[in-house]
Amino acid sequence: MKKIRIGTGAGYSGDRIEPAVELAQKGDIQYLVFECLAERTIAIAQQAKLRDPQLGYDPLLAARMRAVLPACRQNNVRIITNMGAANPEAAARHVARIAAELGLPALRIAVIGGDDVRARILADDLRLDESGQGARAMENSIVSANAYLGATPLVEALAQGAEVVICGRVADPSLFLAPMIHEFGWAADDWPRLGQGIVIGHLMECAGQVTGGYFADPGVKDVADLARLGFPIAEVDESGTAIITKVAGSGGAVTIATCSEQLLYEIHDPSRYLTPDVTADFTKVRLRQVGPDRVEVSGGHGAPRPETLKVSVGYLDGFHGEGQISYGGPGAVARGRLALDIVAERLKLVGVPTEEVRFDLIGVDSLYGATLPAGEPAEVRVRVAARTRTQSDAVLVANEVETLYTNGPAGGGGATKAVKEIVAMDSTLIPRHLVETTVTLLEG
Amino acid sequence: MMKLRDIAHARTGDKGNTSNISVIAYRPEDYALLQREITPERVFQHFAGIIAGPVERYEMPNVCALNFVLHGALGGGVTRSLALDAHGKTLGSALLALEI
Repeated sequence: MKKIRIGTGAGYSGDRIEPAVELAQKGDIQYLVFECLAERTIAIAQQAKLRDPQLGYDPLLAARMRAVLPACRQNNVRIITNMGAANPEAAARHVARIAAELGLPALRIAVIGGDDVRARILADDLRLDESGQGARAMENSIVSANAYLGATPLVEALAQGAEVVICGRVADPSLFLAPMIHEFGWAADDWPRLGQGIVIGHLMECAGQVTGGYFADPGVKDVADLARLGFPIAEVDESGTAIITKVAGSGGAVTIATCSEQLLYEIHDPSRYLTPDVTADFTKVRLRQVGPDRVEVSGGHGAPRPETLKVSVGYLDGFHGEGQISYGGPGAVARGRLALDIVAERLKLVGVPTEEVRFDLIGVDSLYGATLPAGEPAEVRVRVAARTRTQSDAVLVANEVETLYTNGPAGGGGATKAVKEIVAMDSTLIPRHLVETTVTLLEG
Repeated sequence: MMKLRDIAHARTGDKGNTSNISVIAYRPEDYALLQREITPERVFQHFAGIIAGPVERYEMPNVCALNFVLHGALGGGVTRSLALDAHGKTLGSALLALEI
């Protein structure tokens, strides 16, 4: 039976690079997928593109491509990535330049377009899910709106011989489904098979999270050698059954436990996981340990795909101002609380306009409020964070923590402050016929 | 009495203002106990004051897991929450403190 091996080279924008190189060199893979777009990454990239039309793609694109392209060319590994973010065309041109520098002639690079639907959601004034407002009412603050594309344009690019496929917003598991459809010729309405492909893609899309990352709990769930964590390989046969594994000798572990955790990661109703390609059903998935660091995955199912595509919408939502300072030794908690009270009163006295303020004692109640029992810690960190309309108000909030040095409780140390613009996300649905995708081939 | 952590592991994910926590039995024979003890009401109660709710539960006997979906869990959404852990990634570890 025909089989392919797909590796994951990154599970988020800032991910480690060496595991991808390891896969390209020693993974015996035919495809290497880099998934680098979190919910708001594309909105931030869009802001970069507005400042410089040559930017707006993943900041680590060049470093990653320099690291893996030589081995990928040598071993016939094709790359699929959403590192194009808000500007796949500029990303592709940059990859072509890097290939030329590396002495890799005639690299075939495909650019996927069509996910940017900002103009369309404004023209049709689509209603946003969380704010409940029409898009037009937020026109000035909306920086990006990208529809989640499916595997179809990627499959087209692979059929045209692309060695590197660069896209922006494509549903994460669809990046992995595309090479399966291309290699095995699965029909566009073979819902059970596509559902199983999505299960595999879902297990793979967070890279190290299925091979022992985000898992270790010393004494309970130990994982060896996380500093050299190996990224996953899916060995998929044409029936859709897959084995999740990793390069021999790399760190981490692939077990039923690591795969079970990842199977449900960011899933709501497991019987109806909506993707642009299929409504996937995870409830019959079977996991079987078939060897060391080898888990067989089968039983994924599916039903027809939704008629709409999800659009994630990035909008500017004011500023975040934050200050922190530490207290230690006997009485640290009481001094930390006094510090928080002082800042709360100062914000009122000075009259800093805030939309929301949060007061935390890190080490006591910053993660779970007062829901878990806590003893007296040896040190605490005061944290005040606020959302404000203007940057200058955010700075005022952060400063009120810093001034505790000389005006607050005894022994405050290590004050820090941070101010950033908030890019918030909302979503909407768009009828799929309104989204026109493009595939453009570029030869480097 | 024992803690949930003695028989199960968990992973937390986020989407918008919603968090999901999978609770997975180490041994298949403990799945029935999870099903009986870890109700959506108990999970909501455990996080009272830090999530708005409601909490939904999905059963996944095929992998001996329960999947809890916690609505209104992330301070208005990952991207605008003021929380230190805006993704709520640490919620699952706290759930393992539940007594059974």
